[in-house]
Amino acid sequence: MPKTETKSIEKLTYEEAYVELEEIVSTLESGEKPLEEALALFERGQLLTRRCVELLDKAELKVRKLSGEELEPFQEGE
Amino acid sequence: MDGSTAMGGWCTSIVLSVDISLECEYSLDMEQLALFDASPRWTVTTLTRYLRQLLEEDASLQDVSVQGELSNLSRPASGHIYFTLKDAGAALRCVMWRSDAARLRVTLKDGLAVFVHGNISIYEAGGQYQLYVDTISPLGEGALYQEFLRLKALLEAEGLFDPARKRSIPDFPRRIGIVTSPSGAALRDMLNTLRRRLPLLEVILAPTPVQGLEAPPAIVAALRTLNQVTTPDVILLARGGGSIEDLWAFNDERVVRAIVECTSPVITGVGHETDFTLADFAADLRAPTPTAAAELATSITVLDLKATLVQYAGYMVDRLNSIIQQKQESGSRLNDRLRLASPLRRLQTERQRLDELSRRWNAALVQRLAILAEKFNGLKNRLLALSPLEVLRRGYAVITKDQKVVKYVSQVKDKDAIRLRVQDGEFTARVTDNG
Repeated sequence: MPKTETKSIEKLTYEEAYVELEEIVSTLESGEKPLEEALALFERGQLLTRRCVELLDKAELKVRKLSGEELEPFQEGE
Repeated sequence: MDGSTAMGGWCTSIVLSVDISLECEYSLDMEQLALFDASPRWTVTTLTRYLRQLLEEDASLQDVSVQGELSNLSRPASGHIYFTLKDAGAALRCVMWRSDAARLRVTLKDGLAVFVHGNISIYEAGGQYQLYVDTISPLGEGALYQEFLRLKALLEAEGLFDPARKRSIPDFPRRIGIVTSPSGAALRDMLNTLRRRLPLLEVILAPTPVQGLEAPPAIVAALRTLNQVTTPDVILLARGGGSIEDLWAFNDERVVRAIVECTSPVITGVGHETDFTLADFAADLRAPTPTAAAELATSITVLDLKATLVQYAGYMVDRLNSIIQQKQESGSRLNDRLRLASPLRRLQTERQRLDELSRRWNAALVQRLAILAEKFNGLKNRLLALSPLEVLRRGYAVITKDQKVVKYVSQVKDKDAIRLRVQDGEFTARVTDNG
């Protein structure tokens, strides 16, 4: 089981959720899992998929600008 | 003018020779009188037309290239352009007809040094000779282009444009750096494009002027800071369209070298489709416009990501189905057909669990599992139908004689003892009416 398994779904970033989802898919792909384990993976996979879609839906482009070597917020039209 | 002078001179000399021979002492008065009395050979119109023809017959005045500075620029609603071309010593009236003006590539303004080409003629109604201009090009262009070619050859020889040197552009960047003017339309276009295609992105703007003398060192500093401080997955170096002078900072050797030195891959989007700068040659990827640069930096979009998620979800359902099917098959192999009820129950329990899952998470899965459940039921019914017990339950009996099943009349004779098996037990009987 991947380490992130224990992390709450709601706290995962898109990358984390996506990487774990890919792992689950390839674990399921690699074949002979006991049914119990396959079901658990499947259930986790469903949650991860939902999390990813949710993060995509609410994603907002984050724009900052360099001021010297510091990063500060950038207001468009500034 | 030679013909005109000769002809006029000939007329005058006839009159004068007569005057002189008759009354020499009044020659001055007579000469004036004679000139006054001579019927005018020219009207203003014929003279002007004559001059115009002279100018137009001179081939060297019909193919004129001249350089000077624009002034008194005027562009009335007619679409024709009027201006005066000046240098230190003289001025030349110029006109450019609307049809030629439409093809003009440069923005004209007073004070601009230009090359113009056209033909000299006379505007008769105004009594002005002028240059009828067909093309105007900025004076710097030729020299700038020579400089561009020289530098390009130099940097090319150094290997800075070598395709083997170019870094690959990541499919799925998380952080994109942008080097451009903070106030230009180019930035707005790029941000809108990135927002539409991949809003997960983090964007870091390194603001810099993109034209003028201060632009090249500022662009170099922006590239370096962006690259060193934030290490973006890819950098967009961009500027909206403009004249060749406006884009000139992107032909600066310092800018070219700064692009090559970046560790992050650089995509350029400078000017329009037709503009090629040295920065474009040095970049890892050249986009025709700023918007196109933003598109090339996001080859995977949010739509692609969603499509992959849907694909994964479907794939997981398929995998689970096939795992359940494997269990089902191994179950039917391992168990006696007559006692299949037990593993079937186990599978049904698992099916129920799946049903719960699918109700909660995936409407599509409900449908798939309903199909799966039907498969289970179908299998169960087929297995039950095959069971001899089920047949007996419907009132049939199995007849054996000497432990062999009796299937044909010919197998028994009158008085033979046979065993009959019904649903709740067996008994012996005797054949009474055969043969």
